[in-house]
Amino acid sequence: MESRNYEAVFILNPVLSETQMKDTVEKFKNILLENGAEIEHEENWGLKKLAYPIQHKKTGFYQLLEFKAPGNAINAMEVEFKRDEKVMRFLTVALDKHAVEYNIKRRKGEFNKKPEAKKEEKS
Amino acid sequence: MTLMNEPINRGEHKKKYCRFKKNGIKYIDYKDANFLLKFVNEQGKILPRRITGTSLKYQKKVAQAVKRARHIALLPYVTDSLK
Repeated sequence: MESRNYEAVFILNPVLSETQMKDTVEKFKNILLENGAEIEHEENWGLKKLAYPIQHKKTGFYQLLEFKAPGNAINAMEVEFKRDEKVMRFLTVALDKHAVEYNIKRRKGEFNKKPEAKKEEKS
Repeated sequence: MTLMNEPINRGEHKKKYCRFKKNGIKYIDYKDANFLLKFVNEQGKILPRRITGTSLKYQKKVAQAVKRARHIALLPYVTDSLK
């Protein structure tokens, strides 16, 4: 099974305690690792205000996982996302080569040095 | 008295260009909300190509990125006072 680059963003319920959030993130990482994925980058944006209320909540705990995985790992992870009520919303995206290159640049922090001008997205 | 309609100055019309081709931007990140705000009007609707001047290929990428951002609640579906 040829492995490709993916990126999953999911929002956790804000009422959870810190430890519960860590466990859920760990749980999803383990699911991926079990299915032969390798996590390349992991980011959590913490508590952020949502643009519209989801399940009557105004804020959510955002978590980003970037990984390389064979196809069947995605299905397993998404089933788990659907099953877990702590996860309010999730989005898994396949990355093409431009996206991967962009992510590497973003991790190096090449974008926030530049002023917030139009050039900010130069990749 | 002949009717004379006075001349309207159309204002200099600067050539619109696709900012993605000009700057060589290849990927539009759906996670970057404040960059996407440039392509959305005050009500949160996606701006048409005739206003922004982007080429078809990149307009589709912008539209997909905005829809993904809306899904993960970075951008609102509809609002009255964005920006």
